[in-house]
Amino acid sequence: MAETRTITIECLRYNPETDSEPRFQSYDVPFTDDMSVLQGLQYIKDNLDGSLTFRWSCRMAICGSCGKMINGIPQLSCQTFLRDIFPARVKVEPLNNFPIVRDLAIDQSDFLAKLQSVKPYLIPKDPKPVSAGTFKQTPEQMDEYYQYAQCINCQLCYAACPQYGLNDKFIGPAALALLHRYNADSRDGGTAERMEVINSEEGVWGCTLVSYCSEVCPKGVDPARAINQNKINSTKDYFLRFIAPKGGR
Amino acid sequence: MPAIKTYKRPVDGWWRRNPFYTWYMVREGSSVFVTVYALILLTGLWRLTQGQEAFDAWRASLASPIALVFHVLALWMFIMHTLSWFKVMPKTMPFVRIGGKRVPDQTIINAGKIAAVVCTVLFYVVFLWVTP
Amino acid sequence: MKRSNKPIFWSLFGGGGMLAALFGPILVFITGIAVPLGLGASKDAMSYQNVLALAQNGLGKIALFLVITLFLFHGCHRMYHFVHDFGVHVTPAMKAAFHGFAALGSLAALVLLIRVG
Repeated sequence: MAETRTITIECLRYNPETDSEPRFQSYDVPFTDDMSVLQGLQYIKDNLDGSLTFRWSCRMAICGSCGKMINGIPQLSCQTFLRDIFPARVKVEPLNNFPIVRDLAIDQSDFLAKLQSVKPYLIPKDPKPVSAGTFKQTPEQMDEYYQYAQCINCQLCYAACPQYGLNDKFIGPAALALLHRYNADSRDGGTAERMEVINSEEGVWGCTLVSYCSEVCPKGVDPARAINQNKINSTKDYFLRFIAPKGGR
Repeated sequence: MPAIKTYKRPVDGWWRRNPFYTWYMVREGSSVFVTVYALILLTGLWRLTQGQEAFDAWRASLASPIALVFHVLALWMFIMHTLSWFKVMPKTMPFVRIGGKRVPDQTIINAGKIAAVVCTVLFYVVFLWVTP
Repeated sequence: MKRSNKPIFWSLFGGGGMLAALFGPILVFITGIAVPLGLGASKDAMSYQNVLALAQNGLGKIALFLVITLFLFHGCHRMYHFVHDFGVHVTPAMKAAFHGFAALGSLAALVLLIRVG
């Protein structure tokens, strides 16, 4: 029989139709040791306050929907457990550095636009018809981009990044990591097309290697690495642009 | 689509809200000490061109309490710079492979720290050798 | 999107950072603690004659120039970002001021190293 204890979950509340600014509301939530913060929020919504608004989906750290600030740290609420926070109270806020739409839900439109701007899809180096067969990659070639392909677009890294917080024109960690994911893929030939984003002030040069993004990433993507490797590429492109082809691999 | 009303939270004081951020600011703050130290050397160079008396006065000022306190703080900040510089160095490099296997980041970090120790010892030895 | 000029300053920042990481601590220790106190070094190690000989030597000139210049560019570039991180709205004029200061210091070092003979 699982032991039931009670924990206080304090949620940021904001209703754009009635509130001029956010406020906090506390709830006492009975919990068992297997419950995540997400399940705590679901308990509140199902039993205490149906108006509490928050995003979630898979409950298993793969969809990227449930990111929240939990006691000041950006985390996936489905992967953070109440037992680890108890007896302290759980303070849940929407992800930092994003505008709040309602309660714990943020406006993702800027992130989605940034994602689009990096051309996050394979631009084949040697386009070939399906009939010509599959592309081939060695394990080493896949290793070059594999970790960056693990990104689930959860935006914890944007909440972690103070440079994005100070200037939301910065393309940001996840988008730049995905940019690198495609540049580093041996099947891809689109590096030249992506150089404009890399080389801009809003691209890799907006990063000051705080690297908190890599600390909070639940998938080990290490966006700090993806961005800062491209500082060298961008520098090479800057100085050699008149000699070598743009972004040549 | 109509514009939705959203609330943007202020980011003032962001660096105080998490020890990770505070450490980052201390790391960046080391730059003040690097700059001031370079200016001290530049001043010494300037006094050198002004002759023995001016240079000796500069030397004497290095032994003053303020100068000593600064240099002790600067030594700490420079060591912190060295450690933090090599800690982030792997992030600026592409993956390094030896014999097909990826060299772990910690190896690169350790190599950097060892290089710093070697340079320190070498410099000190050469310094003692060329000066009386 | 406009191409950034950061690569120039970042390269200088990186060079200065590496030099400072490898030689910074021992330089500070020797010039700022050991020699002034006579602790682990002779108080006369930085005598006028010794330092003049260093500054008049070709390799010595290069070493002094590199240390002063690269430390200045490293420090000023980072300080500019440090100020921005505090939330100060940085303008192109401020960027020019920080990097210009490093450039001026470097020019001064060059002039002095030529003047010292």
